[in-house]
Amino acid sequence: MEYTLFILLLPFLSFLFLGICGKWLSHKVAGWVGTLSLGAVAVLSYITAFTYFTADRVDGVFPTITAFNTTWLPLGDLHFDMGILLDPISVMMLIVISTVSLMVHIYSFGYMHGERGFQRYYAFLSLFTMSMLGLVVATNIFQMYLFWELVGVSSYLLIGFYYTTPAAIAASKKAFIVTRFADMFFLIGILIYGYYCKSFGFEFNEAGFAEGAFMLPTALVLMFIGGAGKSAMFPLHIWLPDAMEGPTPVSALIHAATMVVAGVYQIARLFPLWIQYAPDSLSIVVWVGAFTAFYAAAVACAQSDIKRVLAFSTISQIAFMMVALGVCLPGHESVIDAHGSLGYMASMFHLFTHAMFKACLFLGAGCIIHAVHSNEMSAMGGLRKYMPITHVTFLISCLAIAGIPFFSGFSSKDEIITACFEYSPVVGWWMTAVAAMTAFYMFRLYYGIFWGTENKELHAHHTPHEAPLSMTLPLIVLCIITVGVGIYTTLGGFLGWGGSFGSFVTANGEDYTIHFNTQIAITSTVIALISIALATYIYKGEKQPVADRLYNAFPRLHRWAYKRFYMDEVYQFITHRIIFAHISKPIAWFDRHVVDGFFDFLAWGTNALGFQIRGLQSGSVQRYAYVFFIGVLLLILTILIF
Amino acid sequence: MSNLLFLSIFVLIPLLMLLGLWIARTTNQVRGVMVVGSSALLLHSIYLTFEFLAEREAGNLAPMLFQDAWVWFPDLHINYAVGVDGISVVMLLLSSIIVFTGTFASWKLKPLTKEYFLWFTLLSMGVFGFFITVDMFAMFMFYEIALIPMYLLIGVWGSGKKEYAAMKLTLMLMGGSAFLMIGIFGIYFGAGGNTMNILDIAGHTGGAQAIPFAQQCIWFPMTFVGFGVLGALFPFHTWSPDGHASAPTAVSMLHAGVLMKLGGYGCFRIAMYLLPDAAQELGWIFLILTGISVVYGAFSACVQTDLKYINAYSSVSHCGLVLFAILMLNTTSCTGAVLQMLSHGLMTALFFALIGMIYGRTHTRDIRELSGLMRIMPFLAVCYVIAGLANLGLPGLSGFVAEMTIFVGSFQNADTFHRVLTIAACTSIVITAVYILRLVGKILYGTCTNEHHLKLTDATWDERLAVICLILAVAGLGLAPLWVSNLITDGVAPIVDHINSASHLLSNSNPF
Repeated sequence: MEYTLFILLLPFLSFLFLGICGKWLSHKVAGWVGTLSLGAVAVLSYITAFTYFTADRVDGVFPTITAFNTTWLPLGDLHFDMGILLDPISVMMLIVISTVSLMVHIYSFGYMHGERGFQRYYAFLSLFTMSMLGLVVATNIFQMYLFWELVGVSSYLLIGFYYTTPAAIAASKKAFIVTRFADMFFLIGILIYGYYCKSFGFEFNEAGFAEGAFMLPTALVLMFIGGAGKSAMFPLHIWLPDAMEGPTPVSALIHAATMVVAGVYQIARLFPLWIQYAPDSLSIVVWVGAFTAFYAAAVACAQSDIKRVLAFSTISQIAFMMVALGVCLPGHESVIDAHGSLGYMASMFHLFTHAMFKACLFLGAGCIIHAVHSNEMSAMGGLRKYMPITHVTFLISCLAIAGIPFFSGFSSKDEIITACFEYSPVVGWWMTAVAAMTAFYMFRLYYGIFWGTENKELHAHHTPHEAPLSMTLPLIVLCIITVGVGIYTTLGGFLGWGGSFGSFVTANGEDYTIHFNTQIAITSTVIALISIALATYIYKGEKQPVADRLYNAFPRLHRWAYKRFYMDEVYQFITHRIIFAHISKPIAWFDRHVVDGFFDFLAWGTNALGFQIRGLQSGSVQRYAYVFFIGVLLLILTILIF
Repeated sequence: MSNLLFLSIFVLIPLLMLLGLWIARTTNQVRGVMVVGSSALLLHSIYLTFEFLAEREAGNLAPMLFQDAWVWFPDLHINYAVGVDGISVVMLLLSSIIVFTGTFASWKLKPLTKEYFLWFTLLSMGVFGFFITVDMFAMFMFYEIALIPMYLLIGVWGSGKKEYAAMKLTLMLMGGSAFLMIGIFGIYFGAGGNTMNILDIAGHTGGAQAIPFAQQCIWFPMTFVGFGVLGALFPFHTWSPDGHASAPTAVSMLHAGVLMKLGGYGCFRIAMYLLPDAAQELGWIFLILTGISVVYGAFSACVQTDLKYINAYSSVSHCGLVLFAILMLNTTSCTGAVLQMLSHGLMTALFFALIGMIYGRTHTRDIRELSGLMRIMPFLAVCYVIAGLANLGLPGLSGFVAEMTIFVGSFQNADTFHRVLTIAACTSIVITAVYILRLVGKILYGTCTNEHHLKLTDATWDERLAVICLILAVAGLGLAPLWVSNLITDGVAPIVDHINSASHLLSNSNPF
């Protein structure tokens, strides 16, 4: 399957072409170059997926194919390879990335129309897509790290796309530095892994891993910190809300659907190792995930910027995926069985469905921002009559994320909660509560945008209008996927059909027929419906007396949630007050005044000594005679004494 | 062609260039001589690389190829002995790229263009001579030839506190040379006083004998510090910020790009190679110092406000990593060290070239006075971002390759001491990101607040040529490091094996 190489090469060439020749191209040509190359990538990915999943299984599992592998950099006994690895999760990711990326490319034709730097924008999108695809098909952890850094920098470049706005500059810097900080731990983890396992590869090398087993938990947890940075887990989440300063399609692609799930993907990629050698450390993943899910959901309830709400919702949903991976229980003798790894399957499934509906939500938000020229909910309200397509697709996606049956989010989230209940009822109920909050804040958002009071004043001189076809088409496509997958899997789950997601992606590669636990399915649906009803009751009307009363009753809680529990201030304090003022500044001072001062002192000392000695050669004969006489006297004395 | 002549071309071309410059009357003639000469150097170094590879292909496994010698002072056993291995080949490539691009970076330099290029060429002659010789005395001589023109180049064509900076730089480096000279004579007499040839001393051939351990422990710190001053070893690095800040563009390029590499190269080739027992015994002291350099330089760079100071401290950090990796003493880390020399040379040259171009337009290097340059000079700004990304180790550019090789190599030392230092050095990748992004955010992004800057123009053709050459080299090394890495390992492996197999007295040398 060497043709998979083109999946990486095409966007790379398109990046080089647009990056170098961009300024001589018209917007249209640049857009088409980017989109067509991505279209080709998408087609190749679908062909790969089709070939891969329809090929014969080996011993009932999908084989792991190394389509291409070459040594990129020899490192003594170790080596840094570059290659393409195809297995169920990487093939699934190929589909997710190329689909969402293609939709975003098409959407950007409309959204970025006439923007300065259009060519640059498409160049960066190509760069990002190449890096993300390279990340998922990595054959070894070091290749993953390489592309991991590249997605980080593409994200940096795209967040800072509007490089004249101070907020965008600050946000891009923050995103890069926070993730870089986390990546440092990832790197250290890789170093430990490479040293003890004698390889950077993923191929399950029993002997090598067993030898390094005692250090593997440390390495894996360090790598998880890297993943937590990329996937915006608490307390490294602070960059993601700010990253919303980038163009909205970028938020949809990078900060909702693909890059931010890299951390989840990383754990899934190393999952056999986690379960075999560090099952206890998985609980760290669970608790970090569970806390983040709750924290982000709480913050999302109080935000007024629609992209921020979606950003926190993304954090919360990724935390769901993390928790799902963490709650996998090893079966007998540490072997992964289908039952124990329900969470793994659910996590990957949620990754897939979430990518689709969250991209749809973000792109919908882009249409809205495009129409009202503001991110604030106060500028919206009553938009449903102006923007019917956006309205319907947004509603469908909201239903999906809320977990209503027959929408894709239901099936995946339900599996996650089932897995959580199997792990521990506390985690189960906790995640159910977070799911309820999800439904609540998403419908708060929905009503705030499409219902509620219309901002007549703002709309008077600029009537909102539906977005052009290039922007609505991606919404419709993503919605069709959401509904299609939802209906198929919901029916399949209740009736026990095979052939759904569990037949393709499972931890051990064996078939897993999704079968809902009716009790949990009904409970979570009812809870979601209650939350939606509550949101409807509070936020649907023109006036919102309940919301105001709640706000007045708990002003402090609202402010804290609105300020994201002051996490940014904490970071500000650490970086500016401690690192800049108390480490960097003193070091710089020390260097100039102590170290350099010492050498200046030496020079000064030499000079001064020279001056002193100069006095000896005064040229006066009497003085020479005097010194001579003293010298002779001393000499005689010395001889006499000894 | 004899080997002697083949390698000496690297010294002869600059000599001919000096002659040509002396004869040249007009500025265009000067430029012509420089372009022809530096292109010839570049072509010759590329040719040498291929010849070297062909020779290896043909099965010549000697550690150094093209060896030859010309007797110079027979009584003192001083020869003009030449020879190259993988390390010197890549260093020659690096030097010729930088001399070539440096010529274009100072294309419009005024006044005294002719004199400037005379000293510049003399400096490069010293650098090339240093890399091709294997005789300690000849190396030392070329080392000095490379240092002295620096004084004039900074003192006459510099900016800011140029006399002070020139004096400081020269005196500190001369101080280093004094240590070095004592060290070299120590090695010479310690090895029996029969040969100055590095290979003979290391291999105990040609009348050389093993240097007693006690003597090694004296000469090792001498030579290491002597070269370390040039390699920005903490706490002997303070000439670097002032010197770089005052030096003219191409001199900064050549100095940070190549001259500082003389330090690392010398430490490896003379201090470590010839005094292996002491290197193992005392290496830990310098390892701590270099570890400090790495983090300290990066932190200092975070709060600087002058573009060149930021880069100078960043060089302290990156060159610290070179020495750090050398002291880690295994093939991978030492390969990483040479890769880092190469990578740092290219990207710092790129950085200094760009800073010079920006300074030439705005007449300020204070980052508080610069903003929004991206709109005004997009080409330079984009290249600056690329240089910055290379500096912070973006994959696909050279920094990543070098840093990863160093970290993986260093981590192969299984004891706590080395591990802790490696992890400490890893933190520099975060701090580097902090100061680079701060810088880029401040001067390139945003809107331009200074109305005088609005009318400035973007790069001219000569500047573009210089910058594009360097970027191609940085990206080339970053995208396809395999053959360079193999070439370097080829040169590093015998030396590292030699040091590690030395019969030193104590089996456990680290203090922990």
